Parts: sequence; C-alpha cells; structure tokens
Amino acid sequence: METFESFLTIGLGHYLTVSVILFCLGVLGLLTRRNLIVVYMSLELMLNAANLALVAFSYFNKSLDGQVVVMLVVTIAAAEVAVGLALIVSLARKKLPVWVNDLNKLKY
Amino acid sequence: MWETLTNYNWENIFSLLPGALVFYVLAGLAILFGILVVANPFSRSPINSGLSLLATVLSLAGMSVLLHAYFLAAVQVIVYAGAVLILFIFVLMLSRKEMKMVFTSTRIRYAVGTVIALALACLLLSIVFQMPAAAPVKEAVDGTVPAIGRLLVTEYLVPFEAISVLLLAAIVGVVHLSKPNTKGESK
Amino acid sequence: MTNILLAILFLPILSAAAITLFTLRRPTVSAGISIGSCCLTFILSVLLYRGAVSQGLPLEISFTWLSVGALSVELGFLVDRLSLLMLLVVTGIGSLIHIYSRGYMQGDPSNSRYFAGLSIFMFSMTGIILANNLLMIFVFWEMVGLSSYLLIGFWMTKPSAADAGKKAFLCNRIGDTGFLLGIIILWGTLGTLGFSQINSLLAANPAALGSWTTLVGLLLFCGVVGKSAQFPLHVWLPDAMEGPTPVSALIHAATMVAAGVYLLARAFAIFSLPAAWPESLAWFNFSALEAVAFTGALTALLAALIAVQQNDIKRILAYSTLSQLGYMVMAVGIAYPVAGMYHLTTHAFFKALLFLGAGSVIVALHHEQNIWKMGGLLKRMPITFFTFLVGTLALCGVPPLSGFFSKDAIIAQAFSKSTCLGTISVGVAFLTTFYMGRLFFVAFMGKARSQSAEKSQETPPVMTYPLILLAIAAVFAGFWNVDTWMMRHYGLEPESAGWFAKLLYPFEHAPMAALLSLAAVACGAVLAYKLYYNAKQDVLPSQLGSVARWLKDKFYLDELYENTLIWCQDKFALVCDKFDRWIIGGALVGTVYHGVELIGRLWRLSQTGSVQTYAAIFVFGFVVLAYWVVNW
Repeated sequence: METFESFLTIGLGHYLTVSVILFCLGVLGLLTRRNLIVVYMSLELMLNAANLALVAFSYFNKSLDGQVVVMLVVTIAAAEVAVGLALIVSLARKKLPVWVNDLNKLKY
Repeated sequence: MWETLTNYNWENIFSLLPGALVFYVLAGLAILFGILVVANPFSRSPINSGLSLLATVLSLAGMSVLLHAYFLAAVQVIVYAGAVLILFIFVLMLSRKEMKMVFTSTRIRYAVGTVIALALACLLLSIVFQMPAAAPVKEAVDGTVPAIGRLLVTEYLVPFEAISVLLLAAIVGVVHLSKPNTKGESK
Repeated sequence: MTNILLAILFLPILSAAAITLFTLRRPTVSAGISIGSCCLTFILSVLLYRGAVSQGLPLEISFTWLSVGALSVELGFLVDRLSLLMLLVVTGIGSLIHIYSRGYMQGDPSNSRYFAGLSIFMFSMTGIILANNLLMIFVFWEMVGLSSYLLIGFWMTKPSAADAGKKAFLCNRIGDTGFLLGIIILWGTLGTLGFSQINSLLAANPAALGSWTTLVGLLLFCGVVGKSAQFPLHVWLPDAMEGPTPVSALIHAATMVAAGVYLLARAFAIFSLPAAWPESLAWFNFSALEAVAFTGALTALLAALIAVQQNDIKRILAYSTLSQLGYMVMAVGIAYPVAGMYHLTTHAFFKALLFLGAGSVIVALHHEQNIWKMGGLLKRMPITFFTFLVGTLALCGVPPLSGFFSKDAIIAQAFSKSTCLGTISVGVAFLTTFYMGRLFFVAFMGKARSQSAEKSQETPPVMTYPLILLAIAAVFAGFWNVDTWMMRHYGLEPESAGWFAKLLYPFEHAPMAALLSLAAVACGAVLAYKLYYNAKQDVLPSQLGSVARWLKDKFYLDELYENTLIWCQDKFALVCDKFDRWIIGGALVGTVYHGVELIGRLWRLSQTGSVQTYAAIFVFGFVVLAYWVVNW
C-alpha cells in the first residue's frame, strides 16, 4: 500500500529524476551529434533540465529564490543562443562546414 | 487480495490521482521528446530535433505550472518556444545549403559518448534515490509576477543588472558577427 | 704618514681608472696622467723614507677589512727597511721606464691601454711591497699576475703574444695554487698571517708549525717559483718577451719577477726554520732553505747555459734575468737574504738599463731583434752604446760597478756554505760574462750586419735620458750602503766603512771568492772576444755540435712539457669531454629530456582540437570527481 501511495505522491525525487534524465540526454547529444545546431539544442536541453531541478527545489523549499535563478538562466540561455547562432551564420557565410569535427583550429 | 485492496486509503489515492497522472504524462512526454532531440531513430534532420525540443520545453512549462511557477511557465513558453526555437529554425533555413547529412562520425564516438552519459546518469540518479524524501508541501508559494519581480529588484538586483549588461554585450556581439564582412567575400 | 701611504698605494690605480674612463681616445693625455702619477708616487716614497727614518722603524698600520664571527681579515701597511728599499727601487725605476715608454710607444694606437696597464701594475706592485700580511700579498700577487698578462698580451692580435700571455698566466697559476695552500696551512696552524705576528710567534717557539714546517715553506716557495720564474716553471719568462720592451724591463726584469725574492726575504722567518716533515714524508729530510738554494742554483746555471746560444737580443736578456733571479733565490737559500735583496736592487738598475738599451736598439733598427743583424752601433748610437756597455759590465760584475759587490756577496756566502753551490755560482758568473760579451760584441761592435743597422740613428732624448740615469745608478749603486741597510733589517751590525774601504771589502773579507769571480769574468770576456769579435756567424754550433743545439733549443723543456704534461692534460680533457657529452649529457640529461619530450608528445595527442572531445573528457572528469566526492 505504501508503495502505491508513494508512487502517486509526487515528491522532489520524481522531478529530479526527470531532470537528470533530460540532462544526461543533453550530454549525450553534446558528445555525439556532429551538427553544430543540434549540439546547441542539446545545450538548451541541459539548461532546461537544470531549470526544472531549480523550480522543483524552489517549490519544495517554499522559497522563490530558485525561480529567480531560473529567470537568470533563461536570459543567459537566450544570449548564448543568439551569439552561438550568429557564429554559425557567419561560418555558413564563409562556406565553412557546420560540422563540429572539422572545426579543430584549437589543435596544437 | 481484496483485503489488500480494501486496506488502501482510497480517499487519499483519489485526491492524489489527477496530479500524479498529469505529472507522469508530462514527464513521459518530456523524456520522449528529449530522446527525439538527441537520438531520433527515424530522422537525423535538425528540423525534427528542433521541433522535438519545442515539445520538450512545452512539457517542462507544464511541469512548472504543477510546481506553482506560473510566471516561469509563461516565460519558458514565450522565450523558448517563441524566440529561441524560432531562431533555431531560421538559422537552419538560412544555412540549409551547407547542411549536408554526412555520416562520418565513428562508432567509437557514439560508444564513448553513450558510456559517459550513462555513467553520469547512474551517478546522479543514485544520488537522487539516496536522498531523503522531502516533506509534502501543504501551502505552496506561488511564483507570481509581483513576487518574482520584487525579488529581482531587491535581493537579486546586482545579478539582474549584470545579466542586463550581458545581454547588451551579446547584442553587440551578434550585430558584429552577423554584419557582412566588408573587406572579404561579402555577397 | 697614513695619508702618504694611502696616496702611494692608490695614485696609480686612480690614474688607471681615469685613463680607462676618460682618456682612452687621447694617448698623450693618458701618458701624461700615468707618468705623472708614477713620478708623484716616487716623490712620495722619498718623503715616506725621510719621514719613516726620522720616526723610527718599523711602522705598522692596519685596518680590519672584514670580520665574520671569530674570523677577521686585516689589511695593513708594514713600513720597514725591506719595504722602503723595495718601494724606492720600484717607484724609481718605474718612473724612468714610464718616461721611456712615452718614447717607445710613440704612435701606437692603443697607447692609452698600455699606460693604464702600467698603472695597474704599479698599484699591484706597491700593494705587494706595503702589505703587512700574507693574504694582502696574495691579493696583489694575483693582480700583478693580471697586469703582467694584460701587458704581455698587449699586442693581442699577434697570436704569439696572446699565447705568451696565456702561458705566463697559467704558469703563475700553478705556482700560486701552492702559495695559497701554504697560506691556508699557515693560517690553520698559527692563526695569523701578519708578518710581525708570525715573526714574534716563530721567534718565541720555532716549532710552532709542528710537522708542517718544511711543507709550508715549500708551498710558499711554489708561489716564488711561479712569479720569479724558477725552474721548473721558468718557461713563461722568455716567452713573455713578446710584450713591449719597456714592459719587459719593468715587469719581467726589474720588479715583478723580483717580487718572489722579496717574498722570500719578507717571510724569511718561515723558510729558515729547521726541517720538520710529517711522519709519512719524513724520508725527504731536507729543509725548505736547502730546496730554495738548489732550485736557485739550478735555475741560474740552466738559464745561463741556454742564454749562450740565443740570437734574439731580448731572449738573451730574459735568460740572463732568469739566471740572476736564480742567484737571488740562491742567496736567500743559503740563509743570506741581505745579499739577495742587495743583488735584487743592483740587478733592477742594470737589467732595466739593459732592456731599455735593447729597446732603444730595437726601435732604431725598426723592430729588428736578431743580434746577427745588428752591429756597428758605436758611431750611430753612442749614448745607447755606452749605457749598454755600462749595464753589461755591471751585470758581469766588473769591480767598481754595482753588480760586482752584490754578486760577490752571494758567491762568498755560497762558498762558505757549500763548495758545490760556490762552484756553480762562479760557473754562472763565467757564463754570464761569456753570453753578455757575445751579445755585446755581436750586436754593438764590428761592422753593421744589415741595412737597417747601417741606417740606424740615436733615439730621442725621452728614451736616452732614462738610460743615462739608470747607467749612473748601475755604476754607483754599490756605494749606496744597500747591504748595510739590509743587514740592519735582519739585526746584523755592519762594520761602517768609507767608500774606498767598501771597494776593498770583498777582497779582505773573502779573497778567494772575489778573485775566483774576477778570474771567471776575465775568462768569459776573453773567450767571448776571441770567438765573437768581428765574427760573421756563430762558431759554437759547428764546434760543439749537438750540445749547442740542446742549448739553443732550451734543453727541449718546452717540448718535454708539451709532450708530457700538456699531452696528459689534453687527453684527460678529452676524456672529460666525452664523459660530459655521452654520460652526463647523453645518458643522464638525455634520458630526462627525451623522456619529458616523449611524454609531451603523447599528451599532445589528446589535444585534438575538437571541442567535443574536450567536452567528453570534461564530463568524464566530472563523473569521476563527483563519484569520489559522493562515495567517500
């Protein structure tokens, strides 16, 4: 009986589990996808997973601080996407490929 | 069997059922579309990834509502769905010609990436499952616009201003980057 | 008095500093500064002499140079009869040679450098003379070595000059190593280096040095062997003739090489101790003085023999210097430093005179140094001719001239000590007359043997006046009571006598020695006249055959050193080089270096330049770190 009830009682753990799964999916995309734009999407996914965790913490701690942080994260995410996409556009304009693998100017 | 069933506190269960149902549905959707973002078994098109990300974000916005973060839910829908995703799709369309689907990535990379991501997941989940259960919330604090706004301009004023400067810098950078190169091959 | 001493010591170095700092481009001004400072030093020395005599001797002034804990090192001046005599000789002859240099070095582009070098030398030499302890002597000892090196290699573009400078420096270094060891042992056993303290300690307890006694003496003598060019380190002095002739006169004949004799006289208390060896070396069983005496005699004989068959005028004089230095060292070795210092003084006058005369000839003949290309100089260079004649007679020891008295004092004492040494010294006197006669008859008499000799002219007054002054000194130095002055220094009471009694004194005192040396001089002169007057070429090689060749080639000592010591050293250096290159550089450093490089290359492979790889490594690192943090 306890198991069934606890299954229905949605606690902090449930939200964090979802958040962790999404975050790891984001990591997976970040590490494996080759299209720069999809890599950016994976990053967004990770940020959103973190946001979910923050909102859950905020709810279960009865404090709004977490939500404020989420606001800041959302702003940063927007700025980052804007800059990153601008970079991609300028790369595309130079007829460079948008494959992460080929951008290895950081090599020794 | 029957006795076990009668032993359940059905009243409690029925009061919990709708919220739990909504959570599970939203969580399932979020994870499903998350998988589709990074590892769509049917299509490698970035457009599909982008649309899946949109669905994930919407599910997460729904979960924010469950967590009484109403303003945030609205912000997520507006900023992500309305701005970021649209931006992604615009860029995809702009750089479409260069986006040839070439599968040159090696299996080793997939394997290593998967192993690392799985290891991370195992680690974090083990932490989450070892965590003591939080006390259930009787009276939730609502994340309304006045409440968050007050916090932002009092306690979090400095980060708020810093973020605004960051945004400004991002704007300048984006303008500079997207300007056609006047010296080089500007077409 | 202190001010005068400080001025005497520091005037020359100030002039050297002024020349190198300000007047390098203006040779005339440089020469003026240098000559002025040297003459001023001489005048101050005379004042010091007057003052010191009226104040009473000896006079000692010392300052603490540095003190670290219990150790304190002192600098100081010791003015007594010995240092006053030496100071007057050095500054007086130094002044004359400075003036002479003005003429000799006329027109040389590096004139200023030359005079700066001379001034450094004067500074170091007065330092040695005035020092009141062995450490200060050692410091200035090294500085005269340096200035000697600088001046021998003055024409450094000439490889032979540069090599000669190097050779002089290295030979001196060998001797000075022993000198320094001796000083250290002395410090360790006596705890002081001041001469007056050493003298009083040794007077109170002659066994104060224990079993080190003879060893300390021999080690100090090593420094003398290097600086005064005694056998076996004498090889540098003939080569040092590559320097300008006034330098040869001042440094390598009159003063610096005599510093060794000065040191022997100064530290005579140490040398004169009875023999005492450490147990393990007891079978040596000779005293330091005996070693000194026989080294001196051997050098005198060897150098005189070699001088017989040399053809370069400066080399003959150089070997003559060696031989006379041998006399002086021997004089100290037979426990009569008075005669050593006496001969040092007179020798300084006539050897400086001879060198300057030779320099005058060399200049007149446009840098011709071979005596077989000179000749017939009586008419063309009368002043040089006569002053050189005076110098030759003085060196040979012809009675009324100064050399006779000092040499006779040595020979008489040698006979009284040991017949062997006495015979050697008479033989050397004979050889001296012979080679000097040869030099004089070939280079000055007869007919001119080359074109440049025919066209030669007398040198300008700036060069001849110092010659005349030195000639006067060479004639009369025997009557200046140098010997009685030195006798008083060593606590002996001389008989006072007028100048005529002085003239007869050697014949009364030790008639056999005096007559023998006179006979030797006469024999040598007659033989030289027979063989070389109006000779076209040297007749000795044809008559003596291989002996003459051995003499001409300096007994092959240079070649011997070349093939043994230098060969060994070269091989050893080669082995060291290989060891350094292959073992240290290759095996040890190379392993580390190549290992680091290999690791670096391997690590570089991780720098793929792909952002995703970095991200993967980053996440992996995070996982490991987080696991570690959570589970511990």
